[in-house]
Amino acid sequence: MPITYTSGEQVEVFRFSIPVTVLVPVTALFLQAWLPRQFPFFAMFDLPLLVTIFFSISRRNPISGLLTGSAIGIFQDALTGLPIGVYGIAKTAVGYLASSLGVKLDVENAGARLLVTLVFYVVHEIVYFMVARGLVALSLQWSWRHELWAALANATVGVILFFALDRFKQRT
Amino acid sequence: MESVFGRYKNLIVLVGVLFAQVLGLAVQVKRTTDTESSRLIRIWAVSAVTPFEKALVWVQTGTGNLWHNYFYLRGVRAENRELKQQIEQLRLAQIRLNEDAQQARRLQVLFGFKEQFISKTMPAQVIGSGGSEQSRVIFIDKGESDGVRPDMAVITVQGIVGKVLKVFRASSQVLLIDDQSSGVGAILEKSRLQGIVRGTPAGEVVLEKIMTDEAVQAGEEVRTSGGDRIFPKGLPVGVVSRVSNGADLFLNIHVRPSANLNKLEEVLVVTKVEEKESVLSENGQVRAVDVLAQRLPSVPDKPPNGSEAAAPPNPGVSSGVPAAAKPAAQKPNVGAPVQVTNPIASQPAAPARKSGGQAAGLKSATEQHPAPAPITVSGPDATAPKPKPPSAPPDTPPSAPAPDGPQ
Repeated sequence: MPITYTSGEQVEVFRFSIPVTVLVPVTALFLQAWLPRQFPFFAMFDLPLLVTIFFSISRRNPISGLLTGSAIGIFQDALTGLPIGVYGIAKTAVGYLASSLGVKLDVENAGARLLVTLVFYVVHEIVYFMVARGLVALSLQWSWRHELWAALANATVGVILFFALDRFKQRT
Repeated sequence: MESVFGRYKNLIVLVGVLFAQVLGLAVQVKRTTDTESSRLIRIWAVSAVTPFEKALVWVQTGTGNLWHNYFYLRGVRAENRELKQQIEQLRLAQIRLNEDAQQARRLQVLFGFKEQFISKTMPAQVIGSGGSEQSRVIFIDKGESDGVRPDMAVITVQGIVGKVLKVFRASSQVLLIDDQSSGVGAILEKSRLQGIVRGTPAGEVVLEKIMTDEAVQAGEEVRTSGGDRIFPKGLPVGVVSRVSNGADLFLNIHVRPSANLNKLEEVLVVTKVEEKESVLSENGQVRAVDVLAQRLPSVPDKPPNGSEAAAPPNPGVSSGVPAAAKPAAQKPNVGAPVQVTNPIASQPAAPARKSGGQAAGLKSATEQHPAPAPITVSGPDATAPKPKPPSAPPDTPPSAPAPDGPQ
């Protein structure tokens, strides 16, 4: 199904209960930290980013989206050896953009979700790369091939994850 | 104003949150140089001010130099500077000459270096990872309450794994050696070339700071050098997998880590390292005079039972003395007085023969028994005739000068 352009009043805004708001990101952070030890290839996935995109698109509130991305990103930074704020800045930007997009567009179908997640993954990686190299002076290597394949993989997992998390949506 | 804030509320909040995080990064991040590390915010502030200060000082210095070095005293200052440099060079030469005279003693002192040994380790379970390809860290289930401290080495039986980065109450974060911010002092086992093992953004491990004119082959083992003061010396790091010339003056040496960093389950945290002095050799410190004395021939020992044959010469003079002539060989003691028997060097030895106990022994042998078996002068002459063993009959005419008859 193609992406439908609707007015702001026609787009549904969802909310989530407090346990879901807290537990889903925490679970995503835990899996992101634990699964790569068992399956090294899993390091290419970014579950916290997928959760950020889902919550931002569903809530359709830019402030809520950027704060969600900021919180998830900062906690993800705390698990790495990098300074706190690198993932925070990247996910703040993605949360804001995703929620802004969610205000304008209705992205409930699988194709739209795949495309949106793919684009936002690339945006996230670009912002992360700029912050890590510009501010933290990490010597990162950018590979379009790697990033596009990772974006496709994350988008695929994201579509499945979004459908699983749809059950927790509550209409306002 | 209110309408502006209401109109751009989302953007303002976004800018505010991003600014706060950038500020947080600036406070946290330290740019590390060779000598120290500084917080990013300090670097930004200094970078904003110092260019203007440098420009001002440059103008002041230039103007001052122009006046002092040209208009005021033409050439005098340069001559003074040259004379001062000459004095400094002469002082350096004098110091160098003094040091040459004490070189042997300094070399002995250098042997007193300390080596590090692992004395205590703690096993720990790997419970998680950083979850990012750009930050290769793991979490272990031991923390501050178990005695873990930052910068402790983490190893396995196969090789080193990393070092403790952050310590929490019941867990710790370990930085793996394949992380790009990691650095381990390393040494190649065969060629003894020292370098630094670092991680790359792609997760590989490379050995840096080896010049391109050095010979390094694939398959050579890499061990810790102890120079980083974190990993004790001699621990296995990995094996050289491939070597290629780099763009700069150094080789690109890729190392395959000995420990499987992708499948870590249990690790050992080195909690205590002891420093021990290296054990000196049996002979201890050897004086130069003792080394010289070892090279000189010595007076043969007195026969044990007063036998007719004289004791064979002291094997301290080992060059040119056949093995058959030394049935009762004794190793010379370092520091013990050395007796000289070589007639060529007999002038300093003759008085010793007359007054020393060894001379008395020889005198008693000649007085109490028939002429002893010929004793060949033990010297560099390898063609000297072989002396008879102590059991040989004493009537064999001597073919060599008497031992107590200096030439």
